[in-house]
Amino acid sequence: MLFRSNAKNQTREVDQAGWGRTFGATVVSLIYFFPVLIIIITAFKEHTDALAVPAKLFPDFLSFIVPEGLTFKPTFDNFVHVFSRSYSAGAAAQDTGFDRFFFNSIFIAGFSVLLALFIGTLAAFGFSRYPLKGNDTYLFVILTTRMLPAIVVIIPVMLMFRVTGLSGTYTGIILLYTAFNLPFTIWMMKSFFDELSPDVEDAARIDGSSERRVFFKICLPQVLAGLAATAVFGLILTWNEFLFALLLTGVETRTVPVAMSQTIGGDIGVRWGLLAAIETLFLIPVILVTFFLQNQLLRGVTFGTVKR
Amino acid sequence: MKTTDTPSSSGNALFTPSWSNWLGALIVGVVATVISALVLPAITTLWIAGAASALVAVTAVVNAWGRYIGGLLIAPAIAVLVVMNIFPLLWSLGLSFYNYRADRQTLRFIGFRHYERLINDPVVWDRLTTTATLVVLTVLVQMIFGFLLALLFAKQFPLRRYLLILVLTPMMLSYVAVGAFFRYYYDPTFGLVSQVANLFTDEPYVLISSTGGAIAAIVIADAWMWAPFVMLLVLAGLVSVPKYLYEAAAVDRVPAWRRFQSITFPYVKGLLMLALLFRTIEAFKLFDIVFILTDGGQSTETIALYVYRQAIQFNKTSYSASLSYVLLFTVIVLTNLYLYLANRRAKEG
Repeated sequence: MLFRSNAKNQTREVDQAGWGRTFGATVVSLIYFFPVLIIIITAFKEHTDALAVPAKLFPDFLSFIVPEGLTFKPTFDNFVHVFSRSYSAGAAAQDTGFDRFFFNSIFIAGFSVLLALFIGTLAAFGFSRYPLKGNDTYLFVILTTRMLPAIVVIIPVMLMFRVTGLSGTYTGIILLYTAFNLPFTIWMMKSFFDELSPDVEDAARIDGSSERRVFFKICLPQVLAGLAATAVFGLILTWNEFLFALLLTGVETRTVPVAMSQTIGGDIGVRWGLLAAIETLFLIPVILVTFFLQNQLLRGVTFGTVKR
Repeated sequence: MKTTDTPSSSGNALFTPSWSNWLGALIVGVVATVISALVLPAITTLWIAGAASALVAVTAVVNAWGRYIGGLLIAPAIAVLVVMNIFPLLWSLGLSFYNYRADRQTLRFIGFRHYERLINDPVVWDRLTTTATLVVLTVLVQMIFGFLLALLFAKQFPLRRYLLILVLTPMMLSYVAVGAFFRYYYDPTFGLVSQVANLFTDEPYVLISSTGGAIAAIVIADAWMWAPFVMLLVLAGLVSVPKYLYEAAAVDRVPAWRRFQSITFPYVKGLLMLALLFRTIEAFKLFDIVFILTDGGQSTETIALYVYRQAIQFNKTSYSASLSYVLLFTVIVLTNLYLYLANRRAKEG
């Protein structure tokens, strides 16, 4: 069990319901998931199939139960074309730059989350164990910077980046995303530190352990699962972020959401199959994370303010 | 740092060159920066200011080492936030009193003129009304569907864990991806939503071409994305209801509606309130999905999108800075309320 801190939740008595409820929930869940499912299906369609009326929803290997007109022939072309395709009929295939954009998304998110995790965990430990005068005020200001509309922060940051020449560089966007992830990391990690029982720590302090030892040998090992959850949540938040990336990344540092929004750009001639393939690739990590973090999801989406 | 109210241990020696003399470093740094601002070009001043702050930081750390652990631990975080958030925000507050435009060189102090203008600007009020409409509708729809989903998943049943993932996924998606999905579904000719609508009416159904339709389109997409969030919070409340209360109610033959009203609802109320506030804050800054779905067309331009337009497309930097302070103020009030309720809940539980 990766996330131990949640074990006590499961011992709580919850009413049991049988397979009848499973059936109802399955129907509802599938309807709810339908929009995502359609995109994944569309990613395997040829361009003309993606635009077909009535919609062809089923791959052709299901044709023994589905009428002829509703099936399409699955193809992997879209996934290949995400990375390399010819822009006019007959021309040689060109690199679309999407390998670069995916790399940028991973690199920028990874780097900034690591930085934020390092700085934020220290700060969270400080806020949790050595409250300052006006501790709550600091925490409130920190959370507010995260709650602000992105546009409020971006206007002055753009000016600042223009003056310092950070616009369009990895350094600039990574710094900004570190600041973007920091409030989340601090609140999240503080909620984990607050939950630890102080007894062991106090015992260690009485035995003469240094504060550094208390942090590294006692506190940190207990919140490793929380650290992992925080990191993964930060990765997803950064991975999905759009406005900062739109305004502060250049051609070289562009991330996937920005590139994706530019693919939708013109109304006419959007290649929906291709777009769906980009989205599918973009979604895979998100869906995996949702699966593995299910128990920490509540805490994650509320920045650690609601634990159970 | 606030906690360092006694300066270095060496007492009165303010100008002693020592690695722990942070106050001396601060004074030297400020003096150097002011002098260079007067005589040197701006870019050099920036470097000098940077070097001075680094020196102050180093001396402050040396001074605090081993004594003010709390301050030392949070200092890096505070520094990053000050550089990347607080300082830019103060800068834009300053700018809002000038007539600065990013595409021109002029800079003239005009005091509160921008604020007077935005209060009297009917366009701003119109955008605020649009935003309010969207916030009320989308939050309402989310709350209703979130609640219903939570009731469905409140019991333990086979495969529950896997089915929950299907429902929770939308919440984790990127606004851009969701916007792109729904652009495809709303497409007038081959979009799925249009095709379904065509079964009932012969008219070509173009959802995004009317104001009502465009608002509905945004609300559907946003509510689909965030109803799982409400569900998650309500679920936490439902699970926390002690089972014996229901057992007692069953013994007393309390009708289902009364049972919900007097047992279930009180346990969910607090979390419902938190969900409401959290989603209101988030919906208030609705930007990405509108940007992708309608780009503000059919009078769906939210206030965030309006500020974006003013700042980025029309280069009205100062005016948009003053506008953004209206947003900032609103969000601060809402966040405060949210934290108050969250803390109260944490203390009770």
